[in-house]
Formats: sequence, structure tokens, C-alpha cells
Amino acid sequence: MSGAAGRLILILALAIAAATALAVLFGESAFDAGQLAQAFTDPSSGPAEVLWAVRAPRAVTALMVGAALGLSGAVMQGLLRNPLADPGVLGVSALAALGAALAIVLGWAALPGAVEVAALAGAGLAGGLLVLFSARVRSPEALILFGVAVSSFAGAATALIFNLSPSPIATAEVMGWLLGSVENRSWIDVAWVSPAVLASAALSAFAAPGLRMLSLGEETARTSGLPMARLRLMALLAAALATGAAVAVAGVIGFVGLAAPHLVRTAVRGDPGRLLLPSALAGGLMLVLADLLARMTPTDQELKLGVFTALVGAPLFALIAWRAAREWRL
Amino acid sequence: MTPFLTMWDAESRLGGRLVLDATDVLVETGEFVAVVGPNGAGKSSLIRAFAGLLPVTGGIVRLKGDDIRTLSPRERAERVAYLPQERRIAWNLPAIEVAALGAPFLAVEAAHERALKALAEIEAAHLADRGVAEMSGGERARVLLARAFATNAQALLVDEPIAGLDPDAQLMVLERLRARADAGQAVLASLHDLPLAARFAHRVLVMEHGRVAADAAPPQALTPEILQRVFGLSAQWIDGPDGPLLSAGRRHSPPDGSTTEPPGA
Repeated sequence: MSGAAGRLILILALAIAAATALAVLFGESAFDAGQLAQAFTDPSSGPAEVLWAVRAPRAVTALMVGAALGLSGAVMQGLLRNPLADPGVLGVSALAALGAALAIVLGWAALPGAVEVAALAGAGLAGGLLVLFSARVRSPEALILFGVAVSSFAGAATALIFNLSPSPIATAEVMGWLLGSVENRSWIDVAWVSPAVLASAALSAFAAPGLRMLSLGEETARTSGLPMARLRLMALLAAALATGAAVAVAGVIGFVGLAAPHLVRTAVRGDPGRLLLPSALAGGLMLVLADLLARMTPTDQELKLGVFTALVGAPLFALIAWRAAREWRL
Repeated sequence: MTPFLTMWDAESRLGGRLVLDATDVLVETGEFVAVVGPNGAGKSSLIRAFAGLLPVTGGIVRLKGDDIRTLSPRERAERVAYLPQERRIAWNLPAIEVAALGAPFLAVEAAHERALKALAEIEAAHLADRGVAEMSGGERARVLLARAFATNAQALLVDEPIAGLDPDAQLMVLERLRARADAGQAVLASLHDLPLAARFAHRVLVMEHGRVAADAAPPQALTPEILQRVFGLSAQWIDGPDGPLLSAGRRHSPPDGSTTEPPGA
């Protein structure tokens, strides 16, 4: 690990700690110093309830979801050797959302874990399709087009579900969830998403040498001596697992997976293996901050996190793309 | 010298076209063999078959006596290193990291040491810390060759290693490949420059429509008849101070023999 990358990881970790603390301390109901002190001393008090049962799990959920998206984006960009790859662009989020929407409409939401598993299955299906396609077609541009097609199809199928759904309540539920949010998430949600993110991190750490070797292209990687078939499968599982978990818990949140790897790529000098951890941290930081800002923005209806990240993320990403364009012209 | 790369009666198709057709090839350790031929003659296919990237539907491909299909990826990589024609590197990695990818099973320090040595061998040590996206195409080609050198595999399979290099770098790369062969590696390189192939290779393999049209020491392989039949060149060799030179003109007829009159004749 080079000095710059080590420093970056440290800075990101400190920033995450600070952002999480802010997210716990600040919110819609403003507390004075006495109330805050009460929250730390009296666990049964109102302020303690707000801080530890509402804001803290929400902030940690945002952190885990952001980390999952940042990790998944970094893995996909490395796997597909494409700086435009991300769970949103390639249709992984859209298929995960379709899976979850189906589960909700079919009334499985009452079964614990059914929606989550459906989202994971959708993400896994998308991952499998991408691997099949990328094994046959080498051009990165074609892969993006394929992802866009998958994404549109899943979007249309989700719209069809709205269209045919007999129950307006289910429709509203799916709709609210598609917009992406970590509102009212509890420690149970944290317990759901965390193991998936950790498992994904472990898988991608194993796959990292394969991602690095893929920088040289498919054929060189296949002759490098590394067990590429296995590493590629692990990377894919990692990306699908992280995306599926993120979508299952927080709905569809765009741009984090696309932007997080770009924010930290220069510090690791492009290395797709060393990019994974900083990208996950950057994604987590982005989402904790975004959720804090979305909560603090004075609107009648609370801003949905997915709407907020897209509003802020899209222009930001355009800026990054403009600056990074030089490196893509290889 | 022992046969290291062997291909016997190999057949392979790409998109319905025969790219290897009853091809017999043998490369020994300590030998630099140049593969030449017109575009589409099967040079890259031959190299890719030895790298295990192009499956053969007939015949057999052996590395150091073992059928290539029975070798694990790691065993194969210990026997052959492959340098593709394609020189795209996806990310802006520093040259030393790219070269170090030749030794993925070594610890970081040892891999970097090997990478630096390989970069120095190819006279690119000064590029070690530079990002490959900030390099010229020729510099990037040298970094990728250093990656192949850093593998320490027993055979080198290099597809057009000097394409896009300046004249001095072309000579330097061929010198290094020859030196590696003289030191005991088996080297199989596809080349378009016939005089350089004749000057540096121990043996020249002329490919035509997936078949081996000639396989001999350079003067016997690149005869005026072969140059005329395979390449469509009306050419003869002249002795130059640094090696043989080729004086060549177009034959004004496609290589399949159907003669057309030159314009204005």
C-alpha cells in the first residue's frame, strides 16, 4: 500500500466518524446541550430514544449502503475494465428493484427476508447476464449498451407491475421504495445489510489480484497463471451481493457506485485492486453526508435520499467525467 | 536443445474460416523463431494456440511435452508468457506495477524487483514511476514487453512486439529477444519486417492461409519464390553492412496467381 493510499484511507475513516457523529447529533428536532447530555446519560429519555434508536441506525444503514454501492461500483469497473460501469448503469440495481417490487406486489413482504432475497436474486441474475455478455463481446461500449438495455427492460417491467397491480397501497409502497431512502431504518436493517457487505468485502479482497490483472485485458489475464474463472466469479458474486443488499435495504440509490471509485482512483494510481477499500469508504461517507443533508434540507416532505444523490451526484459526476476524460482515451 | 513448443497437424477455425490448417510447428529451447506472413495468414492464431487462447479442433498442441489442455493455468503460465498485439491498458497504472503483473505469485517487493530488472532490460527503467496513460504508444508497448519478460516463463510468445516502435527500439527489442533465446528460452515472435526477421531469427516460419509455407533458416525460408508466391513481392536479397536487405516491389498481381495487368501497361 503506497503512502498516498494509506493516508487516504485514514482520512476517509476519520471523515466517516465525524460525519456519523454529526448525523447522530443533528436532525429535525434540534436538541440543546442539556438534552444531548441526557441522551448520553439516560438511555430511557426521549432524546436518547431519538439519537440511538432513530438517528444512529439510520446513519449506520446509510454508511453500510453507501459502502456496498462504492464497493460494488469499484468491483464492476475493475471487472469490466470500464470507468462507466456501475450497478445503476449496468442494470443490476434495476433488476434488484424489479425483484423486490415483485415480492412486494405478490404479498411476500410479510415474510421476513423475502423482499431482501428477491432483490438479491435480481442482482444475481443481472450479474450473470453481464458475465455471459462480456464473455462473448469484448467491446466495453457494447457492454454499457447491454446494461442500458437490461436497465430499461427492468424499469419497464417494474412500471408494468404498477400498471397491473390491483392494490394502490402496494404500488405506493414499491414507489416509495424505488426512490431510495434510509428513513426509519432500525438496527434490524443494519443487522441485515452488514453481513452481506462484509461477505462482499471478503470476496472482493480475494478477487483483487484478478481485477488488477484484468487491467491488461482478457487474454493476458487468462495466460497470467491466475485462476481467472474463479476470481471473476468471486468478483461478480461480491458485486451482486453488495448491490442486492444495498437495494434490499434502501431501494435504488444512484450515482454513488459510479462516482465513489472515481473520487479515489488517482490516490491508488489506478490500481483496481487497491481501489476497493477506499472506494467503499468514500461511498459510505458520501451517503452518510447525503442523508444528513437530505434530512436537514427544510422541505415539507422529507427529501428521498435516492432523489437527493441523483440531484447532487449527476452534476458532480459530469464534472468528474470531464476531468477524467483524458485517462479514458487509451 | 529440446523441443519445447510443439504443434502437430493442428486445425482451428475462427468464424468458419480455417486459421490453422494441418499446421506443424516445433520450437526448441534456445531458439528464436520468427513467424511471418501476409495479414490474415494465421500468425496470431498460431501464437494464440500456443498460449492456450485458441482451442484447436484437430491435432495437438504441447508445451514441454504435455498436452496444453491438461495443464493448469499456473503450469501453463510457468511455461509460456504471452504478449498480445492489443496494447490497451485499462487504468493509468505506473509502469512498474504493470511490469510486476508478470509475477503475480511473488510478494510485492520481489515482484517490484523483478519488474525493475525487466524494465531495465528493455531500456525503460526511467519510465518505472510514470503512468501508462501518460506514455506514447511505443513506450507502453515496451512496458508490456517488460511484463512478459518479468514472468520468467520458459517460452515467450510475442505477437508483433516491434509494431509501432521507433527504429532504434525495434532493433533493441529484437536484440533482447535474441539474447533471451541464446540464454535458453524458446522465443516465438510474429513480425512484419522481413529483413529484421532474417537478421535476428534463428529460423523463419512463413504462414500462408493457415498453413506453413516454409520453415527453415532465414535464407532458405525467405527465397524469392516464397516472397513472390506468399507475399506477392518481386524481391531479392542484398548484402548490407548490418545484415541482409530486401529490395522489393509489388508484383502487380494478387498472391493467388491470377495475373492482372499493371495500370497503363
